[in-house]
Amino acid sequence: MSEASVTAGVVPERMPRPFLSPLNKRRLQNFKANRRGYWSLWIFLVLFVLSLFAEFIANDKPIIASYKGEILFPVMVAYPEEKFGGFYAVTDYRDPVIQDEINANGWMIWPPIRYSYQTVNNAIPEAAPAKPSWEYDAKVRCNQYPQGAADPACIVGNWNWLGTDDQARDVLARVIYGFRISVLFGLILTAGSALIGVCAGALQGYFGGWTDLLFQRFIEIWSAIPVLYLLLIVAAILPPGFFILLGLMLLFSWVALVGVVRAEFLRARNFEYVNAARALGVPNRTIMFRHLLPNAMVATLTFLPFLLSGSISTLTSLDYLGFGLPPGSASLGELLKQAQRNLNAPWLGISGFVVISLMLSLLVFVGEATRDAFDPRKTFK
Amino acid sequence: MSQPPLLSVQDLSVAFAQGGGQSVAVDHISFDIAKGETIALVGESGSGKSVSALSVLKLLPYPSASHPSGKILFEGADLLVMSEKQLRQVRGNKITMIFQEPMTSLNPLHTIEHQIVEILKLHQGMADRAAKARTLELLNEVGIRDPQKRLDAYPHQLSGGQRQRVMIAMALANEPELLIADEPTTALDVTVQAQILELLAGLKSRKGMSMLFITHDLGIVRKIADRVCVMTKGKIVETGPTKDIFANPQHPYTRHLLAAEPKGKPPAANTDAKPVMTGTDIKVWFPIKQGFFRRTVDHVKAVDGIDVTVRAGQTLGVVGESGSGKTTLGLALARMISSTGTIRFNGRDINQLTFNAMRPLRRELQIVFQDPFGSLSPRMSIAEIIEEGLKIHEPKLSPDERDDKVADVLKEVGLDPATRNRYPHEFSGGQRQRVAIARAMVLNPRFVMLDEPTSALDMSVQAQVVDLLRNLQAKHDLAYLFISHDLKVIRALANDVIVMRNGQIVEAGPSRQIFENPQTDYTRALISAAFKIETAPVGIVSE
Repeated sequence: MSEASVTAGVVPERMPRPFLSPLNKRRLQNFKANRRGYWSLWIFLVLFVLSLFAEFIANDKPIIASYKGEILFPVMVAYPEEKFGGFYAVTDYRDPVIQDEINANGWMIWPPIRYSYQTVNNAIPEAAPAKPSWEYDAKVRCNQYPQGAADPACIVGNWNWLGTDDQARDVLARVIYGFRISVLFGLILTAGSALIGVCAGALQGYFGGWTDLLFQRFIEIWSAIPVLYLLLIVAAILPPGFFILLGLMLLFSWVALVGVVRAEFLRARNFEYVNAARALGVPNRTIMFRHLLPNAMVATLTFLPFLLSGSISTLTSLDYLGFGLPPGSASLGELLKQAQRNLNAPWLGISGFVVISLMLSLLVFVGEATRDAFDPRKTFK
Repeated sequence: MSQPPLLSVQDLSVAFAQGGGQSVAVDHISFDIAKGETIALVGESGSGKSVSALSVLKLLPYPSASHPSGKILFEGADLLVMSEKQLRQVRGNKITMIFQEPMTSLNPLHTIEHQIVEILKLHQGMADRAAKARTLELLNEVGIRDPQKRLDAYPHQLSGGQRQRVMIAMALANEPELLIADEPTTALDVTVQAQILELLAGLKSRKGMSMLFITHDLGIVRKIADRVCVMTKGKIVETGPTKDIFANPQHPYTRHLLAAEPKGKPPAANTDAKPVMTGTDIKVWFPIKQGFFRRTVDHVKAVDGIDVTVRAGQTLGVVGESGSGKTTLGLALARMISSTGTIRFNGRDINQLTFNAMRPLRRELQIVFQDPFGSLSPRMSIAEIIEEGLKIHEPKLSPDERDDKVADVLKEVGLDPATRNRYPHEFSGGQRQRVAIARAMVLNPRFVMLDEPTSALDMSVQAQVVDLLRNLQAKHDLAYLFISHDLKVIRALANDVIVMRNGQIVEAGPSRQIFENPQTDYTRALISAAFKIETAPVGIVSE
């Protein structure tokens, strides 16, 4: 058949393969049918993309400035103060002297919020933590500026929309940056643990026997290590930081997915179509990827949003306890801790609570919709 | 008939809600069952016969299922309008049911005594001791030997036939008026099937029950039924006494069913043809380990020293009951499980080769599996399924050349190449088995192991698949190792036959000799069970 068919075979019209298999189309429909999850996904995506551009939304540097005919991008490039006639290595654009200098020789466009997460507001109307700016009338709000309400700095851009914390830093700016760092931490941690967990589970389930037995015992011992103590010990040796924390959490969080994936592979490795692939001489690697992984993907994908929200709350609680990100970073956990210390400043607690619960609820709703989408028995009218 | 019928199904329809619309599974059917009568509902899969039977006991998944029309009168009362409480009085009491799959219809966590006693207590309020005595009596009645010893057995300790007997004992526990049997023997060996049918017929006449028997196998119908209803596509197309239907079928569909048995005979074995696959002294032993140090104390001898030769252009049929080791033998020859002995393929000893060293040979040594629903990955289109082997064995082909080959092979197995981007669930069982055959054929193999390729299919589709396999063999000079418990298919296809039991060859020889002049009692029992549905004396075949 081989030679004859290649030469003499009538070529039937070629059809492009559909982009989505019918199964995936159905899943997409099921996902969309869960309106709450679908909208949650969009809201979450919008918030997340916005927070990725946090530097352009809340920053203590102008986005673009024109100085003596030169267009500058202070958001992206750190210009020394010498450029504007000063002598510091870093320019403080919030300094009235610098502002006057630039405005006299050009112009600048500020982000809507003129604070970054570390910027200290030197002109808060009363002792920190200060109330949200809209709680004060114009006179009180600007009483610390040299010219009071008539000062050029007494503008909406300098408002603290959600008040300041006890170090006079803008809460809104900190919340925006905090949201970004939490979600990024969660996403990287989830992706990392999914990658390691799926690989480990796949190997165990596919090969079974001794591989499985030894690996399972190892996991049992491994997951019995108390993570919090380890964090304490490591924090004493290494400087705390985003990636060190991520690495440490990753060491233990991958275990969560192993059980699910392993079970799927154990179940499916003796399916007839897997045997059929073996009989065709398909290598183990390909069988695992092409035939078994899709089976395990359903369980994995269903798990992921919950893993993500779990990692975010872990980071928040570590920050709250003081073993998380280094001091000064924008962290939601630290905000909650300040709220606890300053019960007279409810805006701290309320802001922290709203942001964290919004973020986690959105993720849980998305997770629910994903679970629905992959449920073969779910029917929608 | 002056007496009113026991069960009267009148103008019954069943519809299922499906994605907004409704699909009608049963379309205005009517039939009566008189007291002491056996009615057979016959049809192919998807004809609505099981759905009709389940609706008698209202066991369908309501509310997604509904009855747009009809009545089911049992002793004058309409079962469809009864309350759930009244229904429970009927279910398991006056009408009982036995299902197809004895493996899953018993609870694996309870002993059989517990399961039967439960029914007796529930419906008859029996005390423990009386219930136990009655259980023993029932087990005796359904022909379980040493029932006293079997009381504490769990379902996994029983064979398929014994489990089906226990199911029957449970169904009989309350002396029902009507027994609904939904393909009760389909999952069983032919020899066990004959025994179960004999048991059911005997019980029915002794107890004066009526029976509604659902099956796709006309041989069984002829043996057991008084009257037959032939169903297709949700409708009853023909009803009548069994003899009349078989002697003088009126409807074209009935004629089609009756003509559907695999036919034709292969030519006599040609002993001069070149041997493609030779196995010498093949043994597959699984160790039984015991004690703290897991020492091997004994072996399960699944295949115990078997010699086979499969020649080019010829078919070697392997028959035997389940558990006889026939599939294990096939898997060992195809190097899917490890074995001892010599396996020569195209003159080369392949039993010592590693998985990687086997890979180039896999192309010429293909397998077609039993279950066309399980052997095709549900997540791949059939083009992807078929070209998977090509990607490994002919990696130099361009995507277009591969596509051409897939289209050609689909045409060869009788499928429309335009359907190649569809997914397996869009095909019927027979079409799927064609896809599975195409997957093997696209690699241009020399040897194909066919592991019960027809047993999951309807009778008329079986015949088509057998014809297809025969044509492919003639065209490409293929060597087949055909494993089946179905002697009708083996007779239609095999040149040589080996009969296996407990891992050993009972009888081997040319097909004609085995079928016309069997030498051993075991072979004779298999043949009479398969062709005449007759039981053999105790001790020759398994229970």
